[in-house]
Amino acid sequence: MVAGGVETSVLETWVTIVTVAATAVAGDVLTAGAMRRIGDLDIIRARAGMGGAIKAVVSSPMFLLGVLSMALSFFSLLFTVSNVEVSLAAPASASLTFLGNAFAAKLFLKENVDRRRWLAALFVCAGVFLLSK
Amino acid sequence: MKHTLTPQRYLILLAVMLTASVGDTLLSHGMKQVGPVSLAHLGLLLAAMRNPWVITGILCLLGFFASYLTALSWADLTFVLPATAFGYVVVLLLAKFWLHEAGASSLYRWAGIVLIVCGVGFVANGPSQTQHEPVDPLEEPAHTLTGGAR
Repeated sequence: MVAGGVETSVLETWVTIVTVAATAVAGDVLTAGAMRRIGDLDIIRARAGMGGAIKAVVSSPMFLLGVLSMALSFFSLLFTVSNVEVSLAAPASASLTFLGNAFAAKLFLKENVDRRRWLAALFVCAGVFLLSK
Repeated sequence: MKHTLTPQRYLILLAVMLTASVGDTLLSHGMKQVGPVSLAHLGLLLAAMRNPWVITGILCLLGFFASYLTALSWADLTFVLPATAFGYVVVLLLAKFWLHEAGASSLYRWAGIVLIVCGVGFVANGPSQTQHEPVDPLEEPAHTLTGGAR
């Protein structure tokens, strides 16, 4: 696989793509877990104002860890697209992220990922891949 | 699982869908006016921050993050994520009808749109949140709120 004149092996290509997806999944799951711990932002905003809602979010270590993971994902995506063709890297990492999130939400957030949600993840995953064609 | 979406919460989900895609499209439009940025011309990024399209795009993306976090506070991740994927559809429609990009007419892409719309449809009619132990948002973590009630 070649991007910008740099030769990259198949293994390296997929390691970088999986790294992008894994850090994105970690970011999404940590952020979602933090928001669940903090509670309904509509209620917090009604009781403590917008400042209280913002403070509740930004003072959560889990949220900050999630944002750090999202930042890592962004920079690993930049690294990936500098070595791998963007037409493969972007949809492959996005599709893997959708599937990985469904698994991680069931495993770590104990979400009830029923057949309807699995189908949604698979359809969105396939749809994102087709958009890159 | 419970389904507690009020019209206001549907509006938040709509904001999640629209702000990300409109923000990306505005950034794309603005950066085409600014010109290609390379390592040798990083100063162009500062010039980009003065472009009104880029500024509006960044504001839209900030709005996306705020509405995304709000949605995650009352809905499951596996419910909210397909909604964010619907943004790809909006981007494609904007690319075709506003930016007039040639690739936006591809049959594959429209097939992708159909699949994403089906995926969003699967979860949109289902319950939004898995029922967990009830938590009073003002009790835990209490210290995070005391300074905000001004």
